[in-house]
Amino acid sequence: MMKAANLVALPHQHLAAQRRWQPLETAFWAATLLPFWLAPTHLVLASQIAITALFALSLDLILGYAGLISLGHAAFFGSGAYCAGLIARAGWGEPLSGLLVATAVAAVFGYASSFIIVRVNHLALIMVTLGLGLMLYEAANRAGWLTGGDDGLQGVSIWPILGRFDFDLYGYSAYGYSLAVLFVSFLFARRVINSPFGLSLRAIRENRARMPALGAPIRARLRTVYTIAAALAGTAGALSAQTTQFVALETLSFQRSAELLVMLVLGGAGRLYGGLAGAIIFMVARDQLADLNPQYWYFWLGLMLIVVVSFLPNGILGGLAALLGERGRQ
Amino acid sequence: MLGHLFGVLFDGLAYGMLLFVLSVGLSVTLGLMNFVNLAHGSFAMLGGYVCVTLMRQAQWPFLVTLPASFLAAAAASVALERALYRRLYRASDLDQVLMTIGVVFVSVAVAAYLYGTTQQPVELPAFLRGNVHLVGLDLGRYRLFLISTAVVITVALMLSIERTRWGAQIRAAVDNQRMARGLGIDVDGVFAVTFAIGSGLAGLGGALAIEMVGLDPSFAFKYLVYFLIVVSLGGLGSITGSFAAAALLGISDVAGKYYIPEFGAFLIYLVMITFLLWRPAGLFGRR
Repeated sequence: MMKAANLVALPHQHLAAQRRWQPLETAFWAATLLPFWLAPTHLVLASQIAITALFALSLDLILGYAGLISLGHAAFFGSGAYCAGLIARAGWGEPLSGLLVATAVAAVFGYASSFIIVRVNHLALIMVTLGLGLMLYEAANRAGWLTGGDDGLQGVSIWPILGRFDFDLYGYSAYGYSLAVLFVSFLFARRVINSPFGLSLRAIRENRARMPALGAPIRARLRTVYTIAAALAGTAGALSAQTTQFVALETLSFQRSAELLVMLVLGGAGRLYGGLAGAIIFMVARDQLADLNPQYWYFWLGLMLIVVVSFLPNGILGGLAALLGERGRQ
Repeated sequence: MLGHLFGVLFDGLAYGMLLFVLSVGLSVTLGLMNFVNLAHGSFAMLGGYVCVTLMRQAQWPFLVTLPASFLAAAAASVALERALYRRLYRASDLDQVLMTIGVVFVSVAVAAYLYGTTQQPVELPAFLRGNVHLVGLDLGRYRLFLISTAVVITVALMLSIERTRWGAQIRAAVDNQRMARGLGIDVDGVFAVTFAIGSGLAGLGGALAIEMVGLDPSFAFKYLVYFLIVVSLGGLGSITGSFAAAALLGISDVAGKYYIPEFGAFLIYLVMITFLLWRPAGLFGRR
């Protein structure tokens, strides 16, 4: 009897323990403020890193936790970016409302496509996500009257945030804004993952056949998390459109999706901070290596992938955790 | 009008046959070994560059470079299989996808380093240039050559899988790997040979493709989608399925670009997703 009660209580205790803030986490988020003083000339890069980190975090929800491989996640980033850009170009430059609308539109896209995603598996899943991404890319490319096609969406002008902080050339507002949105989204994702719902996602990832026997509606769960991930990717896209005041067609491309996958796995999928660490390492490495010779950046990228898959199956954070003797991924 | 229609069908078929030669190897490796090899296009690209280099540097005739492209891609694939792929056979889809995308990135950068990013031209022999006049139609000689090559390859593959000892071993290994091992079949060896032949065919396809679609370092990426469409529509491991799917894809792509150019590639992605939802295992898939 006692034992049964324990079993019921354990998952809740586990989740409560997960929800508690670790000192290392606080230190990490405090450190994200350092660029304001230490690297004031690199704030534009820092804001790009924050946006990419949010994008990687959104992929982590479906790939790291629910185990769905997507080669087309850029579709949601791009739809968020185009949505925010179009709203601003139509004359409404208020950033926060634009961000919310873009997030909602990406969520609708994600919800609609989730019905297709949950029906397929293995190679067909890879193909369908790839196909949906390519379809949207092609649609945006062809609809030049709306999106500007290959030239990208120009003429995006954004009003000051909260009517006070203007987007300056040095990226003070851009970094502050991106970082704030990243932090809020991270808190949300962290709460989702450390809830019974998040636990059931991990269970689906580990054993898809057994979950229905426990009475868990797999497809509904996967649809929900897919929609959440799409919404967060849309937020990241909208941030990118608003801070750079431009949307390139490239935001929807397959390369964008593939690079995202790379940074998530580089950092370590299925551990919340993996996407953030991966985005920081990836973006800084690209900034340095692409300065040397932009053409061969792909060589280093490919090499990183091969090395990570061969020697660091759980990414850099996974490797660090193993070194420190922690347990594996949650 | 009818002549146009026939012309589109013919061009589409030739394009489809090219896609078949390029992707049949991927279908076989995916179907047999369950290995998601996204680097298949890199082998095709390697074949293309071998062909171009041999013709330009060593003045080899075009037809002689074709077997050389086959051999080069096959040899490279064996080396890669030994070094990287072998330990991933039992890994997750994700690891396979990532590792092979990594190989694609590296190969694209190496090709750009060695050859630059410009298109590589190829000089065809005189008897493959121009048109022949057949029953009131002008048919491109090179396209006829492509179609007949693809038919020869299909027949050879079918016969060797249906009639030879090696083919019987493959079929046994696919149907039940553990049982095949139990009967003393060297499954790893059979897989290695199959993988080499499939990649070799990709190399041959890469050499054949230069005249039709051009060759530059982005080749490995650009056609990856087409290979995957052929494989997933045709059904894993099915040669007839790949043949039919490649023909269908080639014809619909050419027809789409001819009749409704404003849609571009949109149409084929739509067709692919619809088919995959209708039959996730492909048109001719068994699973």
